[in-house]
Amino acid sequence: MSAKTLYDKIWDLHQVRCDDDGTALLYIDRHLVHEVTSPQAFEGLELAQRTLWRKQSILAVPDHNVPTIGLEHGITDPVARLQVETLDANCDKHELTEFKMGDSRQGIVHVIGPEQGATLPGMTVVCGDSHTSTHGAFAALAFGIGTSEVEHVMATQCLIQKKSKNMRVRVEGSVTPGITAKDIVLHIIGQIGTAGGTGYTIEFAGVAITNLSMEGRMTVCNMTIEGGARAGLIACDQTTLDYVNGRPFAPQGSDWGKAVAFWGDLHSDEDAIFDHEVVINACDIAPQVTWGTSPEMVCSIENNIPDPSLEADLVKAGGMSRALEYMGLEANLPFEQVYLDKIFIGSCTNSRIEDLRAAAEIARGHKVAPNVKLALVVPGSQLVKQQAESEGLDSIFTEAGFEWREPGCSMCLAMNADRLEPGERCASTSNRNFEGRQGQGGRTHLVSPAMAAAAAIKGHFVDVREL
Amino acid sequence: MEKFEKFSGIVAAIDRANIDTDAIIPKQYLKSIKRSGFGINLFDNWRYLDPGEPGDDNSKRRLNQDFVLNQAPWDQAQILLGRENFACGSSREHAVWALMDFGFKVVIAPSFADIFYNNSFKNGLLPVALEGEQVDQLFEQLARNSDFRLSIDLEKQRVVNANGLEMHFEIDPFRKHCLLNGLDDIGLTMQHADAIKAFEQQYYDQLPWLK
Ligand code: SF4
Repeated sequence: MSAKTLYDKIWDLHQVRCDDDGTALLYIDRHLVHEVTSPQAFEGLELAQRTLWRKQSILAVPDHNVPTIGLEHGITDPVARLQVETLDANCDKHELTEFKMGDSRQGIVHVIGPEQGATLPGMTVVCGDSHTSTHGAFAALAFGIGTSEVEHVMATQCLIQKKSKNMRVRVEGSVTPGITAKDIVLHIIGQIGTAGGTGYTIEFAGVAITNLSMEGRMTVCNMTIEGGARAGLIACDQTTLDYVNGRPFAPQGSDWGKAVAFWGDLHSDEDAIFDHEVVINACDIAPQVTWGTSPEMVCSIENNIPDPSLEADLVKAGGMSRALEYMGLEANLPFEQVYLDKIFIGSCTNSRIEDLRAAAEIARGHKVAPNVKLALVVPGSQLVKQQAESEGLDSIFTEAGFEWREPGCSMCLAMNADRLEPGERCASTSNRNFEGRQGQGGRTHLVSPAMAAAAAIKGHFVDVREL
Repeated sequence: MEKFEKFSGIVAAIDRANIDTDAIIPKQYLKSIKRSGFGINLFDNWRYLDPGEPGDDNSKRRLNQDFVLNQAPWDQAQILLGRENFACGSSREHAVWALMDFGFKVVIAPSFADIFYNNSFKNGLLPVALEGEQVDQLFEQLARNSDFRLSIDLEKQRVVNANGLEMHFEIDPFRKHCLLNGLDDIGLTMQHADAIKAFEQQYYDQLPWLK
């Protein structure tokens, strides 16, 4: 038998059938559902009088619209409230598992899936959300789908898919102190570009990746979509098993042993062939900051803001100039002279306990700079929040002048009240710096939690290693 | 889904790479629980000078007259011409619904983000990927002629116009078949219900902890 990549193995395990032209039906194990991309799917099912194929595959949670403050008043925006109520009603009607607002397990869909053990190695995981790639950290084939596909999975437990190509990104060697998973993945995107992974499933490998905790691995896989690939994968190892063991939805008793034996094969074979391979030296990676309006517009904190007049490709130079204009930045400016209005620590990229610990470590004993109007910390889930509070992280943040909020997507996409006003500049631990992403006219710089906390304290960007 | 018929339409161009789905339809409009009504907010941040919220009376908002879709004849465009990595970012199918609700039937670009590409076919929007040089050529022709039209023939996989321009595009045969016949994916998959059941049987025998 020929050598297989991890992606090949998971694909083969789930392929129900395949036509000669490669159009396949792929079986889906776990379907995560949230309020924004599901209402039209439920409605479509009803109109066609179809039923749900496998209800127990679904785990639903409201996250995009939920307020992060004043939960006791519910959602005040009537349009957003209707959307969350629609999810509740659909889940009640079809008897689906949902962690409603107020549930002690509620949180961002990509945080709660792994936290509950609902994401397991070897699974196929889908959700109507592009950051479903997060779950690939568990050697699960996980990718975002549109609403029509949400409906398709509900009705048939399958998706019509064509296999993508295999890419491997190897991050060799160890990172230097102060470098986090976020810096690794931003650096990778800077190297391959936002369309570099289009048509591929990317497997992340190398010592710098396997040295990461599960939280760090999720951060890396989360942003695979920003590199253009729908799915990112990391092989299953002891770190994976230690994380999964004992979680509510994880196999228990004798099933655990069987599962672990099976999961032992969830890695690429030694001589497996990748269509494309990228090698990165971990020691080259410095703390990263984005300066433009696409995640590939990123550079090291040690560099200055890039200069479009030095770019030979004219279309690219035009894009750079437009981005700098939107961002209100001058070429060649050092990052230390870029002052911030708001700080956002949260999102499915960086809102897990380890992220909060890293930010708190920097914030401890300091004060948020006076020019920073708002510094938000939004834990990824109620369970992360509880854990952080039991470690006293909330008081470190609040004493430093940060606001400690309730879990949700919050200012990652500003569907609720947390947002940037036009022209405001934000250091954000989220994943997208698109125009208007955090509020119309808002300016987003993507960074790691430690870099965001350091920027909050100084009021401007600073190399976290020099603190 | 409606069948995709051959047609000829006005082409509007947006000369930017990496147009993201947040730009195509900003997040505040994702609060809707319907599939329709998004066209008026297509490219909202570029189309209007003041910020908008769902439920606003858009006729009272200030239009950005510099934006192509606010200008004749492009306010009637059915074909959108873009650059690399069109519709990257979020998986929101609302981006496709908004483009179609506005009146677009085809988007031409050198490359598309995967999820958007996929979502398009589920709704009858045809994404046409052409070579970068061909796209350059279309941009140039459009710059010289504001009433630039193209005919799209999916059956023959051709983009043509009255001036003799002719370009061929590639498309997956299965997707082409579904578009031409207006076929519903779920209905097609349901025909394999027995195969799915048989698959499940052996699958859960092999992986009992997932049952
Ligand atoms: S935190 Fe941001 S990226 Fe993640 S699911 Fe929510 S909106 Fe999407």
